[in-house]
Amino acid sequence: MTAPVNPVCLLADLLPERPVAALVDGRQVAVVRLHDDRVVAVGMWDPFARANVMARGLVGSALVNGEEVPVLFSPMYKQAFDLRTGVCLSDPDKALGTWDVLVVDGRVSVGAQLTDEAPLRHADVRLARAG
Amino acid sequence: MSKLCVVVGGGMVAHRFVEALRARDDADEWRVTVLAEEPRPPYDRVALTSYFENRDPELLNLGEKHLWTDPMVRLRKRSKVASIDPAAHTVTTEAGMSHAYDALVLATGSYAFQPPVPGHELPGCFVYRTIDDVAALRGYVEKLQERHPERTVRGAVIGGGLLGLEAAGALKKLGAASTVVEFAPRLMPLQVDDGGGEALKRLIEDTGVEVRTATATAAIKGRTAVEKMTFNDGSAIDVDVVIFATGVRPRDELARDAGLEVGERGGVVVDDGCRTADPDIFAIGEVACIQGRVWGLVGPGYTMAEVAVDQLLGKAGTFTGGDLSTKLKLLGVDVASFGDAFGTTEGALSVVYTDPIAGVYKKLVLSDDARTLLGGILVGDASAYASLRPMVGRPLGADPAAYLMPAGAEGGAPQGELPDDAGVCSCNNVTAGAIRCAVTEGGCTDLAGVKACTKAGTSCGSCLPLVKKLLVAEMEKTGATVSNALCEHFELSRAQLFDAVRITGLTTFSEIIARHGRGRGCDICKPVVASILASLGNGHILTGEQASLQDTNDHVLANIQKDGTYSVVPRVPGGEITPDGLIVIGQIARDFGLYTKITGGQRIDMFGARIDQLPLIWRRLVDAGFESGHAYGKALRTVKSCVGSTWCRYGVQDSVALAVDLELRYRGLRSPHKIKLGVSGCARECAEARGKDVGVIATDKGWNLYVGGNGGFTPRHAVLLAEDLTTEELVRTIDRFLMYYVRTADRLQRTAAWLESIDGGLDHVRAVILDDSLGIAEDLDASMARHVAGYRDEWRDVLEDPGKLARFAGFVNAADAVDDNLRYVGERGQLRPATDADREAGTEIVDSERRTVLVAGTTLPIGGPR
Repeated sequence: MTAPVNPVCLLADLLPERPVAALVDGRQVAVVRLHDDRVVAVGMWDPFARANVMARGLVGSALVNGEEVPVLFSPMYKQAFDLRTGVCLSDPDKALGTWDVLVVDGRVSVGAQLTDEAPLRHADVRLARAG
Repeated sequence: MSKLCVVVGGGMVAHRFVEALRARDDADEWRVTVLAEEPRPPYDRVALTSYFENRDPELLNLGEKHLWTDPMVRLRKRSKVASIDPAAHTVTTEAGMSHAYDALVLATGSYAFQPPVPGHELPGCFVYRTIDDVAALRGYVEKLQERHPERTVRGAVIGGGLLGLEAAGALKKLGAASTVVEFAPRLMPLQVDDGGGEALKRLIEDTGVEVRTATATAAIKGRTAVEKMTFNDGSAIDVDVVIFATGVRPRDELARDAGLEVGERGGVVVDDGCRTADPDIFAIGEVACIQGRVWGLVGPGYTMAEVAVDQLLGKAGTFTGGDLSTKLKLLGVDVASFGDAFGTTEGALSVVYTDPIAGVYKKLVLSDDARTLLGGILVGDASAYASLRPMVGRPLGADPAAYLMPAGAEGGAPQGELPDDAGVCSCNNVTAGAIRCAVTEGGCTDLAGVKACTKAGTSCGSCLPLVKKLLVAEMEKTGATVSNALCEHFELSRAQLFDAVRITGLTTFSEIIARHGRGRGCDICKPVVASILASLGNGHILTGEQASLQDTNDHVLANIQKDGTYSVVPRVPGGEITPDGLIVIGQIARDFGLYTKITGGQRIDMFGARIDQLPLIWRRLVDAGFESGHAYGKALRTVKSCVGSTWCRYGVQDSVALAVDLELRYRGLRSPHKIKLGVSGCARECAEARGKDVGVIATDKGWNLYVGGNGGFTPRHAVLLAEDLTTEELVRTIDRFLMYYVRTADRLQRTAAWLESIDGGLDHVRAVILDDSLGIAEDLDASMARHVAGYRDEWRDVLEDPGKLARFAGFVNAADAVDDNLRYVGERGQLRPATDADREAGTEIVDSERRTVLVAGTTLPIGGPR
């Protein structure tokens, strides 16, 4: 794991089950502190709505194969995404992509992208700094 | 090549015939042409009186518009048929158009019969049959009112039957006094007996209508128009308008002229398949004489329409008898009559319950062993009708008296298991079995589904309570107990959860789901809990854990748009705004480069604000004395008003002032779905208040209150809840209505659907909020008082709380960065989100700071940076 680690915020800055948006290497991610204080990160891009909105979705749980798993709901059309894998529960061809998260001494950092978003997006959605 | 069916007549039965034919003629065997005399498509004649309230004849139109655009269907309005030539298989209209047919269906209905009373041709005499009749009556009465503003217009109705009482109600709605004159010794002589007639007379007189039974009209007198009526007993009354409601006669003249047989008392004679002696000519509805009689009700007419369709399609359907059962609300009085109402069956026994004080008369007719229900009469309280009528001819299975006890004396009427062949909806001939089948095989799980699938309850609606009971019973039986569960996390319904939270006083989602549910919630239950907590007054909706429960829009207190930006709709209470206020909003929109549009709720919507811009925009609004508004929430949206009596020459009350007060009172009230209000300053209804959940219309005595209206996918007109209220009474009534709705409705159930689904419907709700039948009125009042006292500007509170404000940063680790995917193009002088095609074309595109991208050196086309 040699990917650069990007400090994002303090764990205390994160409200459980209320995601925030962060910029990691020019990519937009939604950082989620779960009810049990685990922290995960998925892509901001909603593949259905085609907009960067996932950090404004609700976090909850859904039964998947008998197991209660954490999910993130699109704020636009309410599709549920499995926060462990980033994959949409109702359409496995759509996924948010997941990022590595480290919490050390109450500091949250986001590392490398672990799984791809689907469908894959091109490089033209980089971010520019306002100024 | 398909065959051609010509239908003569464009009434309700003709409509049903065409609808049924198109629904069942899978092979497109028949094209159909409808020749209608009236200048409009078929409409609901039964609901004619409602024309006085809504004044829009189109609202009475029957069925789906697409029926008349079906290429297999042609509707010819203003086409009165003059003759039939059975040998040539043609009909000819008065205009001389000839139409060939393979099959001819006579559905010409009836005409209103006017007895030859001297003077019946004077201006001021009317009949009550068509929209044109009703419109003419209204015009005449209104003209008299203008000419004689100093006195009440006096009307009289000859005939005290069903139609006569309907007409008396119409006169009353027009503001005229009315006297009902009935030749028989009691009102509604064909439906009720002497005891019922007596009770009915008292109830009708209580509404202010004068009743004269056993009275024969001798003459109508006047020089140039109606002035006076004289009676056979020598007495006389002064009148300005006379309505004849003395029955109808079949319009069988075409058949007579064509040599077809007509019945002794009129009507085209047909066999049980609705076929005349000419095998290619049918007659259905009120013009048909079937099994030796003419049926003057729409139910049997619909049955005949279905039978004729069967015959045309080569099937074996026959008419097996009609149901003369009726349940009506006339002048606000419930009347029902069904089966052998008069006990003419040999050995019939009757059980009678009367309460002269409450004005209730109920009679059940039973077989000689007192076990089988034969019929009955209900006056004053017809709530038992829906469960009793289908039991006719069957063992009652319980003490008959139990069915007659007042509704308050619960457990109410016993519920026997209805046999599958028992008719439930007599208008549309739907049996209990068909309803069960819609659930078990059709997969219907709610009332709306069953209505759509079976058509039960879609005409008069009187059977809906029974349809609902059957639905629930059937779903429980199939094991899939009617689930009220909110979602996979809560077994409780929203109303149950509301009560649970209210009673336990829990204030966090974690406690509530730990006690009443499982897991960590979802996009359904979290916003519901958020809404319940907000309704119960739990502080700012973004405080503590509540912040993580708010759905998309409440999450950021604005309305999300397709590209992830938001729109802001400043609150403009009642739609009243100063020129300076308009300028401020305009400046804000210009400074942030927002697209602006006027909304249907009399607001200005500003689109395209990034999440990080929202607090900046709110700051500007707050500084100018505005607040942002709940244009996005499941909450009070807007109170719309017309300008009212302060400016309008027709206005009778200050509708703007009331609308402003109501909006400030109910703003911020979280509810199961959005709530919209409207206030109109006079009966012209320019604020379209009856399209709102709560509509207020000014009268010269106060305010009329309507509830349960909405626009949108299934538009509904609000229905009258209370009349001539003072402002204080009005506000208290709305308080209770809204609070009761907030407490008991399902998630995303608007007031119209709530009123339909709640047990007892509108009458129940009226009893709860006007008569305090549940003893909760004080509690509802207190809840609303707490809401009003606890209201705070939620947007200002965010601005003043650094913790909440921090959540509006675009990115937690890059406060100045913005979403680079936001792209806009100009259109009609404003910006809109760029489409994929715009992006590919690549010119004249700007980012969310309204800076041009891709084309170097170009200045801003529209909107500047702030």
